[in-house]
Amino acid sequence: MADNTINTKQDEIIEQFSMLDGDMEMMIGYLIELGEKLPEMPESLKTEDNIVKGCQSKVWLTAEENDGKLHFQADSNTAITKGLVSLLVSILNNGKIDEVLNADLYFVHKIGMNRFIGTQRSNGFLSMIKQIKMYALAYKTKLENEA
Amino acid sequence: MSTAVAPKLDIQKIRKDFPILEQKVNGKPLIYFDNAATTQKPKQVIDAISEYYEGYNANIHRGLHSLAEKATTAFEDSRKVFHKFINAAEVEEVIFTRGTTDGINLIANAYGRKFLQKGDEILITAMEHHSNIVPWQMIAEEKGAILKVVPVNAKGEISLDEVEKLITDKTKIVSVVYASNSLGTVNPVKEIAKLAHAKNAVMVVDGAQASSHCKVDVQDLDCDFYATSGHKMYGPTGCGILYGKRAILEEMTPYQGGGEMINNVSFEKTTYNDIPYKFEAGTPNIADVVALKHAAEYIDSIGKDNIMAHEQALTRNAHKRLSEVPGIHFYGTAEDKVSVVSFTIDNVHPYDAGMMLDAKGIAVRTGHHCTQPLMDHFGIEGTIRASFSVYNTIEEIDFFADSLKDIVAKFS
Repeated sequence: MADNTINTKQDEIIEQFSMLDGDMEMMIGYLIELGEKLPEMPESLKTEDNIVKGCQSKVWLTAEENDGKLHFQADSNTAITKGLVSLLVSILNNGKIDEVLNADLYFVHKIGMNRFIGTQRSNGFLSMIKQIKMYALAYKTKLENEA
Repeated sequence: MSTAVAPKLDIQKIRKDFPILEQKVNGKPLIYFDNAATTQKPKQVIDAISEYYEGYNANIHRGLHSLAEKATTAFEDSRKVFHKFINAAEVEEVIFTRGTTDGINLIANAYGRKFLQKGDEILITAMEHHSNIVPWQMIAEEKGAILKVVPVNAKGEISLDEVEKLITDKTKIVSVVYASNSLGTVNPVKEIAKLAHAKNAVMVVDGAQASSHCKVDVQDLDCDFYATSGHKMYGPTGCGILYGKRAILEEMTPYQGGGEMINNVSFEKTTYNDIPYKFEAGTPNIADVVALKHAAEYIDSIGKDNIMAHEQALTRNAHKRLSEVPGIHFYGTAEDKVSVVSFTIDNVHPYDAGMMLDAKGIAVRTGHHCTQPLMDHFGIEGTIRASFSVYNTIEEIDFFADSLKDIVAKFS
């Protein structure tokens, strides 16, 4: 089941973070590495419309639907935030619309995200999640209307 | 450089007065370089707050009982200490506020609203904090006045020639920051006051950053108003002072009404209390004002000259060591500056640097520092700002510079 894929990926991330043993410098280093692995987002997609509202840093996030699955592209002007958005992209990319929409992103709590990125960035991170769910909802509505 | 500190100061002994500095942050000893945002508090100040609440908490000025008397005396003692601290001519010229922002809003509303007319001009500089921009914009909009801005040069300085050119017969208020929070620049406010007075404008000094880093003598500066915050000079948050010359304060109409500020109230007419009370409506922040006195006394006990010498040594050292960081660009290289070092690093976003420094236990500020027009002038979104205080050490700056080099290496 694809939902298991989302959870498997979350579990992998929880595992990775647990190995960092709460060391803030290592966690930041890990996030930056993840961000560097994120596929490059075309400049043409970095528009005002694609900026996630509620983030201190600039975060661009787009979603495309193909065969009922969602494909995300993202970037940020700061390396750590790019790492944060890449966490979400790596977990949810190629997920089915309903799976993305209903995904329980328990990894956020498990890795203690709030504790190490602080309240302001956590709010920004929640804005990214909200934006992803909004994309999923929009595509669901679109496909239902077309059907 | 490590011996370049003022010889009289025992920094390790001073650090023991600040309990917060003993802690670890993210497993590393705290290095607190965000002093321009707020300084830490010595235990003399912290204890004064507890002693007030444990020993003599009461509302001030009208109570006849012993606690009220004791609280009133302590509150008014603080006013007396600040009268001397800024060398005001009279005790009554010291008004307690919530801080610099509150003080400037008071001037804009109680002076500006009464005396500004359509077409009058208010002059500020391009390096002002938002708190010395927005209150003037608001009153200018209301009164049809015009806000004019003195430009800054590449070093982050203003020129007196420019100021002189921009002060006209229509200028009614000149409001300038004494020491810039983003750049550290110390402005020649005494000379600007002369230029303002030559055209019969009043001179407002935003002293938020200056009070713990610069000599403050309001009579020597000959400013008409001086606003400052307690929390940037080792005192509590939420309290500050506004100095105003008696003659001007007496002409002004209070903009906040309530208890304390009245002489007599009837439904037909209210008469206002004398200065300073007519500007202190409502129960003030008694505990913090009482503790603020201890902050001023703490500064005096170390000696402002000694503090300034130590901070200057730290700042010179920081500029020297940080120059070793590849891709660094400094903003604010004025000849006369307080202990603020503001910079960007190629390919490293200030937010990333701030968070990576935090992971190493180093607290700096990143962003626009509430001076967006200044950041626009330099064509940047923001900077990384390290600001030093009396309890900081050369060793901390060395660790800071080495940490920045590590961070840059991670991004190259």
